[in-house]
Amino acid sequence: MSESWVLIKRNLQEFWRAFHRNKMGILGALLLGSAVLVAVFAPLLTPYLPTDTIRDESGLGMTFASPSVHPPLGTDDAGRDVWTTLVFGARISLSIGFLAGFISMFLGSTLGILAGYFGGWVDNLLMRVTDVMLVIPDLPLMLVLVATVRQLKLNVSPLVILVLVIGLLYWTSTARLIRSQVLSVKERQFVARSRAIGAGHFYIMRKHIIPQVMPLIVANTVLILSTSILVESGLAFLGLGDPTRPSWGAMLNFAFERNAISNNAWWFYLPPGLAIVWVTLGCVMLGNVLEELLNPRLTAHHLEGGENMISRKEANLATRPVNLNRNEPGSIAGERSGG
Amino acid sequence: MDRRDYLFRKLILALVTLLVVVVLDFFLFRVLPGDPVRSVIGRGVRITPENQAALRAQFGLDKPVFPDQFFDTLVQWATGNLGISWSLRQPVNQILAARLRNTLMLVSLGEFFAIILGIVLGLVAGWKRKTPLDVGALIFSLVAWSTPTFWLGIILLAAGSSWLGLPTGGVISPENIDKPFLAVLPDIGKHLILPTLTLTIVYLGEYMLIMRSSVLEVLSEDYILTAMAKGLSHWQVLYRHALKNAMLPVVTLVALNLGFTVSGAIYVETVFSYDGLGRLIQTALVKQDYPLLQGAFLLLAVSVILANLVADILYTYQDPRVRSA
Amino acid sequence: MALESTQTLLSIRHLSTEFTGSGGSLARAVDDVSFDIHPGETLGLVGESGCGKTTTMLSIMRLLPSSGRITSGQILYDGVDLLSLNEREMRRYRWKEMAMIFQSAMNALNPVVTVGDQIREPILQHDLMDHEAADRRVDELLDLVGISKARKDQYPHQYSGGMRQRAMIAMALACRPRILFADEPTTALDVMIQAQVLELLQHVQRELGLSVMLVTHDLGVVAEVSDSVVVMYGGKVAEYGTSDQVYNSPQHPYTQRLLEAFPDLNAPGEVLASIPGYPPRLNDLPPGCRFEPRCDQRIELCSRLSPELEEVTNLDHGSLTSGSKPFLRHLAACHLCTSLEKRQ
Repeated sequence: MSESWVLIKRNLQEFWRAFHRNKMGILGALLLGSAVLVAVFAPLLTPYLPTDTIRDESGLGMTFASPSVHPPLGTDDAGRDVWTTLVFGARISLSIGFLAGFISMFLGSTLGILAGYFGGWVDNLLMRVTDVMLVIPDLPLMLVLVATVRQLKLNVSPLVILVLVIGLLYWTSTARLIRSQVLSVKERQFVARSRAIGAGHFYIMRKHIIPQVMPLIVANTVLILSTSILVESGLAFLGLGDPTRPSWGAMLNFAFERNAISNNAWWFYLPPGLAIVWVTLGCVMLGNVLEELLNPRLTAHHLEGGENMISRKEANLATRPVNLNRNEPGSIAGERSGG
Repeated sequence: MDRRDYLFRKLILALVTLLVVVVLDFFLFRVLPGDPVRSVIGRGVRITPENQAALRAQFGLDKPVFPDQFFDTLVQWATGNLGISWSLRQPVNQILAARLRNTLMLVSLGEFFAIILGIVLGLVAGWKRKTPLDVGALIFSLVAWSTPTFWLGIILLAAGSSWLGLPTGGVISPENIDKPFLAVLPDIGKHLILPTLTLTIVYLGEYMLIMRSSVLEVLSEDYILTAMAKGLSHWQVLYRHALKNAMLPVVTLVALNLGFTVSGAIYVETVFSYDGLGRLIQTALVKQDYPLLQGAFLLLAVSVILANLVADILYTYQDPRVRSA
Repeated sequence: MALESTQTLLSIRHLSTEFTGSGGSLARAVDDVSFDIHPGETLGLVGESGCGKTTTMLSIMRLLPSSGRITSGQILYDGVDLLSLNEREMRRYRWKEMAMIFQSAMNALNPVVTVGDQIREPILQHDLMDHEAADRRVDELLDLVGISKARKDQYPHQYSGGMRQRAMIAMALACRPRILFADEPTTALDVMIQAQVLELLQHVQRELGLSVMLVTHDLGVVAEVSDSVVVMYGGKVAEYGTSDQVYNSPQHPYTQRLLEAFPDLNAPGEVLASIPGYPPRLNDLPPGCRFEPRCDQRIELCSRLSPELEEVTNLDHGSLTSGSKPFLRHLAACHLCTSLEKRQ
């Protein structure tokens, strides 16, 4: 097994030890995981289909029925069960989010690795392209692109268009992040050794570089996910989704366009938004924690203390051993408090 | 690094981006099918082939797209002529100017409050880290970042209009439209409250987070220890030494955000039926009014490029290390 | 304690400091440390990385980070116990009575404030004079350290490394402190600059009658400039005496090995000695002497009982007068030096 993979295994074990103690990370994972489960098991969570109209005793469709009349979340302007639309909407929102996120991640990582590893004109080109892309305002561009593609009447589902447009526009931050990581990995010993024995570029990339940047890629993917879910919901809200298969954003589009606000139908416009916050928050928390664990930072803080510094009582010694980093010259002995 | 070199590079980048934007803007709309002449006249109106050809010539649509139409359009744009809106039958730049003013009011107010609050709260959160205040601030930031702008707008709209009687949309009440600006300022102000609040909350979260982590990093630097050793109080250390250094990333972020701010405004403007640039793009899309769309897109992109350039210039004044050695 | 404190400026008595690590574990970085600093004296505090010397220094000025706590002891400055003061009172002592310089001036100076402003700041802070007088004082200080006044309005990154160090010294002297704490002031510098900075320090010290506490792991520097030496190991004081005593007749086995490890230019062919083993983990300390696992002279008692810092007996120091401190005794924390058992 090459050095890098051994390092990875060891890092994974350390990582798990740190992770399962981190409350925010666990919470984030739970939020995200529960949403995925809801999406997967949607049909089992509701007796209705998204297209079913809920009718009252006389056979009339019940529009804007409140949750007290029709639990759990009432009906929308066309008499459809909101809860059903919500859980089926999870499938749309999450799949678009995931797919777009993966495209971004894949594109960004690949370009970042190539640019970081080869350097030179490849790197320069990538940097200039990302510079330009970062300056062009994203939402107007996406609106125009989506509208343009739809005008071309290519017989492609609007959802696919969304996935492609989002995926192709949000890879730049990933690319830069991975690139700088690759730059530092490149300088390490085992890479130089490999090159010295004549290993080819792609071999090195596969065996050494990729394993080293993989953790960062994973952490970054989760964060990118949060962005793509938010962006998808926004575009759907503006009407660019598929009305026959509404995501949460599209639900909000219906709510807004069809007067849920003036009808005080809070059960229609609150839940989809809450769902979006739920999932996005989960991704953000999980992603932040993952990134933190892979990028440990100094946490010494000079502005605390004051009188707290002096306590002449006998302190009781805890029993858990901690490996304190004491080997830097001039550093404060044993000081690395938990983040 | 020499400041002149740095700014020169940024200028070149801005120009290149501008070029890309212009090319993109031009060709993107040429790809769209649909006969522009037909859109102008409207459907259902019969028109002879000769008249149609004459109209096409008038719009310059009979010449080849590249190079003739392209360079003609470039020249037009350079002189500020953005064409005539098909749906509104007015010069595009006039329409844009009016809408731009509205958007600027909204966005600058929102950004202003978000920046100030973000810096102050971020500073306090970083200083008093791990206290309930800090934890609360962190939670707020995370949730604010995860909340879709338009949804927040909807909630505030519902709550604000039913509980506080605030207007449900628009820039100004219909009866005040032609009155002088200063006289109707309070009315405009009332209409601005909810949309501004929405924007502020959304951006506040991000600025506060960045400021906080920047503060944490700065507070672990040795020069903070030096400042403490000089006998300065916590507050003096924070204000005189930490603040200036911690603010640098926030300034960068504000600049980077400018493009996204206007984008975010699209959502807010839609929810609050606020007649700004963002909403204009939305409606122009729906109506397939391409000159308007092109002009709006161009204006947005150019203003972001300009804003970034200005921010770069400002940054060099903030951080002395980027000045001439 | 066998130390006499006649006319002492700073008297550290049984100082102990602990750090709380993640997971609540405690590390005693400074354990029962005692020594004195007299007016005009240069004290070298030496030891390996992590032995607690920097923590000791920070404890005296009460500038520990959030995870640190002083748990016992007294810090007597001019008779006043600094540990009994509240934060506001303590601030009056900082920089005015005791100032610090660091290893890296680049990090210790604020990059976005001019050097002149940074020097001026403590002067105005301690309310010593008005703005014009403060400006003149800044000029004076820059002169003293050999930096041109024209550079007052420049930023730290525009100075060279050695110049920054000198600027830091100028800044430290701004309020005419009586003690200067220097944390590895020459470690990051190349040899030529090192010499310059040391010379400057000595010059300044003579001019101003300053006491200096030099914290470093560089024995050569300490030998050059110090009057007395405190050797620390594992958070405790291993040996304490005048320079002459410690360098010429080291008593503690650790000191002896430390000095052996130092290359001797006069005997270039010698094999470099090193001390096998590693310093103790401060959160997992042995009950006996901390150096015992690595000591080649250990006896059975050493692993059971941690030795106290006591006066060394049964040895000839040569003259008991050393420099300006004739009454300073030579102390060590080792069973072999202070008991009746002789070693070779």
